[in-house]
Amino acid sequence: MTHVAIADQPEEEEHHPTSFIAKYIWSQDHKVIAIQYTIVAMFVGLVALVLSGFMRLQLGFPDTFSFINPNTYLQFMTMHGMIMVIYLLTALLLGGFGNYLIPLMVGTRDMVFPYLNMLSFWMYFLSVLVLLASFFVPGGPTGAGWTLYPPQAILQGTPGADWGIVFMIASLAIFIIAFTMGGLNYVTTILQARTHGMTLMRMPLTLWGIFTASLMGLLAFPALLVSAIMLGLDLLAGTSFFMPALVSLGEQLDHTGGSPLLFQHLFWFFGHPEVYIVALPAFGMVSDVLSTHARKNIFGYRMMVWAIVIIAGLSFIVWAHHMYVSGMNLNFGFFFATTTLIIAVPTALKVYNWVLTLWRGNIHLNTPMLFAIGFIFTFTHGGLSGLFLGNVIVDVPLADTYFVVAHFHMVMGVSTVMVLFAAIYHWYPLVTGRMLHEGMGKIHFWLTFLGTYAVFLPMHYLGFLGVPRRYFSMGDTAFMPESAQTLNASISVFAIIVMVIQVIFLVNLVWSLKNGPRAPRNPWGATSLEWQTPVMPPAHGNWGHALPRVHRWAYDYSVPGAAEDFIPQNVPQEGSGRPDDGGQEEVKA
Amino acid sequence: MSFLDKLTEKSWEPAGAVAAATAAAGPASRHAAQKTALGIFLVIISVVFLLFFLTFITHSQYPGFEALAGEPWMPFSNTSQLWLNTLFLGLSSAALHAALVGARRGMANFTILAMVAAVFFAIQFVLAQLWLWRDLTAMGYGLAENPANSYFYLLTAVHGLHLLGGLVVLFRATLLLWQGQGLERIQASLSLCATYWHYLLGLWLVLFALMASSPETYQTIAALCGLEG
Amino acid sequence: MKIVFVLVLLVVATVAFHLFSPWWFTPIASNWTAIDTTIHISFWITGIVFIAVNLFMALAIYRYRYKKGQKAQYEPENKKLEAWLTGITAVGVAGLLAPGLFVWADFVDMPEDAPVVEVLGQQWHWLYRFPGEDGELGRTAPRFMSPENPFGLDPDDPAGQDDILVFSNILHLPVNQEHKVLLRSEDVLHNFSVPQFRAKMDLVPGMVTNMWLEPTRTGSFEVVCLQLCGMAHHAMRGRVVVQEEEDFEQWLDAQPTFAETRTTEFRGDPEAGREHYSTCAACHGQEGQGNKAQNAPGLASLDRHYLKRQLSYYKEGIRGAHEDDTLGQQMAAMMATLPDEQAIRDVSAYITTLPDQPAPETIEGNASRGERLYNNCKDCHGKQGEGVYTTRAPRLAGQHDWYLKEQIENFQEGIRGSHSGDMYGMQMMMMSKTLQSEQAIDDLIAFINSLE
Repeated sequence: MTHVAIADQPEEEEHHPTSFIAKYIWSQDHKVIAIQYTIVAMFVGLVALVLSGFMRLQLGFPDTFSFINPNTYLQFMTMHGMIMVIYLLTALLLGGFGNYLIPLMVGTRDMVFPYLNMLSFWMYFLSVLVLLASFFVPGGPTGAGWTLYPPQAILQGTPGADWGIVFMIASLAIFIIAFTMGGLNYVTTILQARTHGMTLMRMPLTLWGIFTASLMGLLAFPALLVSAIMLGLDLLAGTSFFMPALVSLGEQLDHTGGSPLLFQHLFWFFGHPEVYIVALPAFGMVSDVLSTHARKNIFGYRMMVWAIVIIAGLSFIVWAHHMYVSGMNLNFGFFFATTTLIIAVPTALKVYNWVLTLWRGNIHLNTPMLFAIGFIFTFTHGGLSGLFLGNVIVDVPLADTYFVVAHFHMVMGVSTVMVLFAAIYHWYPLVTGRMLHEGMGKIHFWLTFLGTYAVFLPMHYLGFLGVPRRYFSMGDTAFMPESAQTLNASISVFAIIVMVIQVIFLVNLVWSLKNGPRAPRNPWGATSLEWQTPVMPPAHGNWGHALPRVHRWAYDYSVPGAAEDFIPQNVPQEGSGRPDDGGQEEVKA
Repeated sequence: MSFLDKLTEKSWEPAGAVAAATAAAGPASRHAAQKTALGIFLVIISVVFLLFFLTFITHSQYPGFEALAGEPWMPFSNTSQLWLNTLFLGLSSAALHAALVGARRGMANFTILAMVAAVFFAIQFVLAQLWLWRDLTAMGYGLAENPANSYFYLLTAVHGLHLLGGLVVLFRATLLLWQGQGLERIQASLSLCATYWHYLLGLWLVLFALMASSPETYQTIAALCGLEG
Repeated sequence: MKIVFVLVLLVVATVAFHLFSPWWFTPIASNWTAIDTTIHISFWITGIVFIAVNLFMALAIYRYRYKKGQKAQYEPENKKLEAWLTGITAVGVAGLLAPGLFVWADFVDMPEDAPVVEVLGQQWHWLYRFPGEDGELGRTAPRFMSPENPFGLDPDDPAGQDDILVFSNILHLPVNQEHKVLLRSEDVLHNFSVPQFRAKMDLVPGMVTNMWLEPTRTGSFEVVCLQLCGMAHHAMRGRVVVQEEEDFEQWLDAQPTFAETRTTEFRGDPEAGREHYSTCAACHGQEGQGNKAQNAPGLASLDRHYLKRQLSYYKEGIRGAHEDDTLGQQMAAMMATLPDEQAIRDVSAYITTLPDQPAPETIEGNASRGERLYNNCKDCHGKQGEGVYTTRAPRLAGQHDWYLKEQIENFQEGIRGSHSGDMYGMQMMMMSKTLQSEQAIDDLIAFINSLE
């Protein structure tokens, strides 16, 4: 017998949930799941943002706030890092944007395994609950740093060594299961459910970014799972995978023969690809935002795709650049410095191509575009400071100082978040049918862009000075001039301003839901499929009676001779101008 | 059409061979999607175990690591119990394969019999593994005694959990068939289960070989991987 | 349009910030000037890229901002341009990498016959060891560690007998001499870093890591721990004093060898100490029980190492030197009755033989709130306030509560602990600041009173 592809089944056969619970809670619709992911991720992200505010208060104005002490500081720091990297960025970019955009952009009705997709969200939700529960267990959450390095992570002397670390490990394990369910769906959907005519190279770069990142996540998260399991056994069962014989706070422990460095290798074998799991979807989305609002095709599309693939591949053989001064065999430094700096080439090409996309464009300077430009600026800065840290000998004086903190915040904390904002302003009309308020958007952009730069540019220089990261307070340190504390205070002030003005964004999100101007269909004049659904916002099943057919790549902007400055992907090659439903009349072959 | 062709398509030009092929093909069948997903899933499990193996080999080169085989008094110098367990898993795998063949030929009774046998032997395997754990612990080779022991318990546990996960799926398929569902309906599920089972059997054989190897073998592997000392 | 202006402004501001920032590398004090050179090369290359990319972007936005009727160019790719850009980038990256790898090769290449110094990191302080006359460090293992053998040296290893042990956060090194630095930890990860030396390396329990350097100018440089090592990570400081060869030798001669630390002389003779103690008894009581009227704390509950250290501090003018520390000054004056190091050892040994008796409670507070505050104390002073030898923190339980309060306040005000020789006091200065009101101190002490 021949199998009928689910995506090809006529729309009537689709099951339309009607009750509120089936529609919004136990939903299997990728769009609802995406929104669920987004809301939960943004909520924990806010928690993590507040935690970083506490840290900045202590660093800027030491010994002023009695609830911040050496223990709680480390706990805030750890939870801030862990939440931001894993529970916000990974979940929002792949669980949120990935879920929403993949089926729409490849032209299918839903993920290939909708039930698994729903499970993925609820597992994620559970992992967040376990994570948040660790704030309320005796001893509080773990303060081992987001890297959770043993032996320290599971020994007395580190906050949360009794329960917090157990909850952390459990939460990570659950998250990894959730991610695996989601990731399998994303990858399989892109590989197997693309509609007629959607070749790999016709996909928008957003899809390439999400696809590659999901695949990387599927291969990298196992390393975290493996290290979490072994760390958990060392803690709970007294094994010695990572624990050598040692004396902890005057007490002889029973462990023997384990290797702390082994954990670091495993952790960073996950940890480095994780950086790109976050960065690649952002690279993809910003490419589409730039191209759409510059009314110009993305420059060097093929190079952009290959760069994504090459970056993904290389990112698995650079992990030990986080470990140059970890005590591993020093000769590894040569190899890892070389591979790390080679990654700079495809990454730099991406930056050039983004800028060249603007060149000879017709640039609409609206909020998404401004955020995209802010991304290019901050990413260039953060990427270049990464060259310092990747170049093994230059890393030696800078490792574990504020230079590192400034660098990864510029890359993951600022530029990636710039893309998130650009993407939210760009796709909000598609999701809600309303436009976001442009005035609030612009204020939000300017304060965020300038504020974060004022936070993280000077921070690099504290690193040059040698100011150590993960310090609760500096005390009297001879090599730190008085002015460094003044600088720290000013960084704190800017940081808190940036945090507070995110309220504008939240207000905008909520206010526009009801009061925003109604979005016209395809308001930005975009070519990719998600904007070509019969109704906007897309209904359950996305495509009405028949799936769209794809006739061209995703970047036919300002095609010479065409009447309009864009031609959607579902418009046949001969035709031009606005899409008619002609593209959709051709039901299955 | 090679993958390289697909990745070098100049997609802005009028439809070429790649585009034409995709236009005709469209979305794949559900079964094809499942097969892809299972393939990726098996790669993920392989990565998990590969990482475990790498850390195992690294550990084996540290002082104080006491392998479970190599000297006559070591528990795995006598591998008869391990072979017995292998037999169980092998029978389970074979039975599942037979069930798949039966389902393809429309032999309902045979299929259901083979599936029950597969479930039976799989459970036998898990029980036998637990038995082995008990024996080892009784002999003084506890979980936290030595990294080599820890690895044995850890790896067999993770392998066992994967098998139990597969059993849930297989059990569901058996139940469906029992309730009179058509063979076609479960054939796809059965073929996925069979692939998974063969994979777990292969994985177990690798585990077996690793656990029953002597320290010298570890040293050789470590040297080959550049993981010495 | 604003964005064009802002982008240009930000580029200018970034460059200006870089040029005029007062926050920059500390003046180098080691041989690793080549590291600074590689950083300068990195700045040139990345700086040029940063300026070029962002100014070009500003120009693009300026020239091609939206105009009605303007149509964007349709250009899917430009192979020639992309090839050129790839090539130029590759050259730039090679320009960064090549010099870096050369310097790294130097960093990796340990000088074979340079003298060795061992750094032992411990939660949350530093200890140091020199190999002694045989030039060889003795074997160590965690299982040998004890209050009497905090370095964990194997007592049966002949190579370890002449090892010179430095029971202090402060290391001395001779100037212009290459050193192989061996790094060891017996608890968690640490990182030994002196910003002025540029070089740094993690300490990993279970193995010995190493690096090498040559101090090139005399002076006193701070050691900071740079690998998160638990609650008091930020307070894990030390100092390296770089001095002329002869000064260094003099200092080194004053440090005990491992064999010496195992003699009864070094451990102190309680009988000899009894005589010295008669003067102390006037204030501290016959049984070292302390006396509030005399402002004298209890001594009997304290361990030998802590007593010895504090007495030495008084003797050397490290403690009791602050102008506001009138009581400390009195104690410092009394040190005349302990003429030398040996007297200090003996009297410390004698005091530990005195019976331990808890002091009466005089301060009231909310002990359950105090318990939460004690969370920041427990790791060093022990869950029961019993003191922990590896953190070198004294016992608190059983001490007079008014004395504890006075000392906390002294630490907070820098009356105690601000002397550069008192690195443990510096830790307490940092930690005591978490108690931000008198009520908090009272609550904490109420909890300590409840400990056995």
